[in-house]
Amino acid sequence: MAEPIVRATALHKHFGALHVLKGVDLQVAERELVFIIGPSGSGKSTLLRCLNRLETPESGSVVVDGIDLLDRRTDLNHARQRIGMVFQSFNLYPHMTALGNVTLALRKMAGKSRAAADAAGMAALERVGLADRAGHRPGQLSGGQQQRVAIARAIALEPRVMLFDEPTSALDPELVGSVLAVMRALRESGMTMVVVSHEMGFARAAADRVVFMDDGMIVEQGRPAEIFETPSQARTQAFISQIQRH
Amino acid sequence: MGNWDRFIETFFNAKVMARYWPDIVDGLWVTIGLAASVVVTGLVAGLALALLRSLGWRVVNWGIVLVVDLFRALPPLVIIVLIYFGLPSLDIVPSGFVSTWVSLSLVLMAFSEEIFWAGLTAVAKGQWEAARSTGLGFGQTLLWVVLPQALRITIPPLTNRTIAITKGTALGSVVAVTEILGQASSAVSNSYNPSPLTLGAAAYLVLFIPVVAFGRWVETRFAWRR
Amino acid sequence: MIETFFNIGILAQAWPIILAGLGNTLLLSLLVVPLGLGGGMLLALLSTLRNPWIRWPLIAWVDFFRAFPPLVLLIFLYAGLPFAGLELGGFTCVGIAFFLNTGAYYGEVLRAGIESVAQGQVEAARSTGLSRGQALVWVVLPQAVRAVMPDLLSNTLEVVKLTSLASVVALPELLFQARQAQSLTYNPTPIVAAAVVYFLLLWPVVRLLSRLENRAIAGRG
Repeated sequence: MAEPIVRATALHKHFGALHVLKGVDLQVAERELVFIIGPSGSGKSTLLRCLNRLETPESGSVVVDGIDLLDRRTDLNHARQRIGMVFQSFNLYPHMTALGNVTLALRKMAGKSRAAADAAGMAALERVGLADRAGHRPGQLSGGQQQRVAIARAIALEPRVMLFDEPTSALDPELVGSVLAVMRALRESGMTMVVVSHEMGFARAAADRVVFMDDGMIVEQGRPAEIFETPSQARTQAFISQIQRH
Repeated sequence: MGNWDRFIETFFNAKVMARYWPDIVDGLWVTIGLAASVVVTGLVAGLALALLRSLGWRVVNWGIVLVVDLFRALPPLVIIVLIYFGLPSLDIVPSGFVSTWVSLSLVLMAFSEEIFWAGLTAVAKGQWEAARSTGLGFGQTLLWVVLPQALRITIPPLTNRTIAITKGTALGSVVAVTEILGQASSAVSNSYNPSPLTLGAAAYLVLFIPVVAFGRWVETRFAWRR
Repeated sequence: MIETFFNIGILAQAWPIILAGLGNTLLLSLLVVPLGLGGGMLLALLSTLRNPWIRWPLIAWVDFFRAFPPLVLLIFLYAGLPFAGLELGGFTCVGIAFFLNTGAYYGEVLRAGIESVAQGQVEAARSTGLSRGQALVWVVLPQAVRAVMPDLLSNTLEVVKLTSLASVVALPELLFQARQAQSLTYNPTPIVAAAVVYFLLLWPVVRLLSRLENRAIAGRG
């Protein structure tokens, strides 16, 4: 196997007295889609947020695309441009248009001119099917459209890896499909993706690997069919059957 | 002469008004100049303190909070008097204009720092995270993402507070600033007639009624819409 | 510097004078705060009448006294009215000026509070047979006052600070007394002492307000 593009090793993280990551290892190969599932409080979001250092683990190492994120000499802002992130609550900038949201980092950090940034931004909006909404503010867009703009904001920076933190959890059911369609297209273009989500149907159809986390540890991982149909651990079994009952 | 005529003669004496009209206009300009200086220095200083506070240096922040509390608790007239009558003991002799300008600026600084700071903290944490996740640094996130949203929230309370403090320019008359009230008062004692005070009052209304109406408009206009 | 601004000898000398001033400032506040609150409540209640013949003059009244610097109002009453043969004395002038000025501010605050109470509250009260006035007094006002408590408190802080204006019309409150002491001793220590007294008196209020306001503005984000 080639060198993985994401290599997190022995991560430990506390929030106060709460031990949320208890020595987690995660490797993601290039062009792989890894899906992380688990009950709330299992540490899956924290793990994801360690991968672009929105959270800093107390020990362990995180190397993404050859860059050591925990090294003090690393230019974190530069590194983060290669790691796109999509949030549960979109976090679009309400005072800017869709295009403004997408181009801000391009102009201020990647140092592109306004024209070049606008061109790249429009291309990104085109990819999520929202080029015609470029001039709209977040308040004028539906939740699904907002989340697609957020995806465009991340892909405009041409990241090597995309992190999705429950991207559809805040959406009305009828809007989920449009966001998943964009994620599927992204996957088909060969993007490396790490997704924390409860969309089991999407996991079955698109994931290369499913990781089940509980209580700050990775309990088991494998191909979607294995995890969903023949899990080897009792905890996984309990979680899967609970999810499927709903 | 009827009561009404006597009232007019006393408070709206045309001859006295014509005589002291230029003085009141001079005072109007001083008031405008003083008010404008206070607004600029007070708001700039307040914003600077709020930004400094956002860096989260604990000892510095204690200092900021103490200074802010101090100038929110002290009556502006007390600060003016303290500077005007107190500093000369140190051989620093500020004019009445400078005393009033510095005092009101300090007061506006304190109030606006509180408002700016509340606005900054009101911007959701997710906005910081989203911006940082695209590689923007602390300063850039503050400047391009957080501050514009914070300013929008703070505009209505800030406008009202700024208007209220700007009206304090009349306090300058106590320390011999020749603004509207100062001019009007000395005109009254020179002419033995209160008509200049009527003129002065009218000048304040001409100056501040549009400002108060503007404040009302801002309050409805900037109700936060997403 | 200590010798100049914190002169212990002078402080001891001036202390009784300053203390008397503090007493008067407190008394004055106890008078003008209820006066302004009463005036404000009157304005706010009048504004609930939807009649345009009341509404517009009311807005004009409030804006008029919000635009008028309180010191100008005070001087007009104190130095202007005697020319019309009306000598009111400093105390009465302060009372009237505060009633007009702070009443307008309290009125705005209370009006906003009343408007913030949901219409459904009145409807519910009326549906149980309460009269319009009863609904206002027992259902709307308690909620309104609670909703604008921080603003009422903030306004009250400003009113107490504003009592320092009374020094201009020779009312022996804290600032006036301090200036008297200063001119007797040729030393600014009494004024510094007055400032310290004001700060100690009002600091707890400022602290409390700062918490309440942070919460209020944060809620709008």
